[in-house]
Amino acid sequence: MRRVHDRGGWPDAGSIDRSEHDLAMWEKQTDALLRLLASRDKRILRVDELRRAIEDLDPAAYERMNYYERWLTAIENLLVEKGILTREAIAQRLAELAAQSG
Amino acid sequence: MHDHEHGVHAAQTETTSPHELRVRAIITLLMDKGLLSAEELRRTIEDMEARTPALGAKVVARAWVDPAFKARLLADAKAAIAELGIDTSAFITLKVVENTEKVHNVVVCTLCSCYPRDLLGVPPAWYKSLNYRARVVVDPRGVLKEFGLELAPDVEVRVYDSTADVRYLVLPQRPPGSEGLSEEALASLVTRDSMIGVARARTPAAD
Repeated sequence: MRRVHDRGGWPDAGSIDRSEHDLAMWEKQTDALLRLLASRDKRILRVDELRRAIEDLDPAAYERMNYYERWLTAIENLLVEKGILTREAIAQRLAELAAQSG
Repeated sequence: MHDHEHGVHAAQTETTSPHELRVRAIITLLMDKGLLSAEELRRTIEDMEARTPALGAKVVARAWVDPAFKARLLADAKAAIAELGIDTSAFITLKVVENTEKVHNVVVCTLCSCYPRDLLGVPPAWYKSLNYRARVVVDPRGVLKEFGLELAPDVEVRVYDSTADVRYLVLPQRPPGSEGLSEEALASLVTRDSMIGVARARTPAAD
């Protein structure tokens, strides 16, 4: 069965939104984070692993998320899968940052 | 508050989106573990911003004025582009495909977003969109028309589907009326979209 990321010829595709927008800083950071983690110096993860983690996203989540949301979720899942970060530590840091920015 | 968070604070605006918080959480946790630094992150973002379609345009303009270079470019793109002082080491395989009177090439990545970033910068949002990826492989003429490019029926359209290992750059046709222009002036006619294959190179302004 065809998986959700495999879009070539996907039925009922509509018109293409051609509007240009500059990347938000969080998008640049997500992009840079992947490049650094996959860099020759670090090799903490590989681009092929990122692709696999994106392809493993729940199909509904894949459709709903924008491009860098998929990346960020996939990076987070890989870091947890590899035992580098834990869900608990991420949740705790998120709460701390939210409190600071509030 | 961690003193190494400065590099990721630049993102903060009046309201902090959930995505900003999440990427910052992951980055600061990795910094705590010594796995990356704010300096590395800053440099990587700078490098990303420095890569623009001007690099690809320089390659195309050289190919237009130098047939021997063009032949090398079509035979071994990585080596030929490196001659211009552009770092192509991140490419595994890079293939340059030439548009002619009879053949028009267009590039997509149906599975995700593979793109010759080191020559064109980050891909535009539409290149990564589900609709472009779905449609350009089954109705390339229709998609090109949507982009304002109508091809004669006898022009063969070739769609190249990129992978992580093989990236494509379109060598657009040199526009009419560009005879005698300097290489630099020629490069200014070469747009990002013409190197993806959804547009032609600009024609020189008549004056």
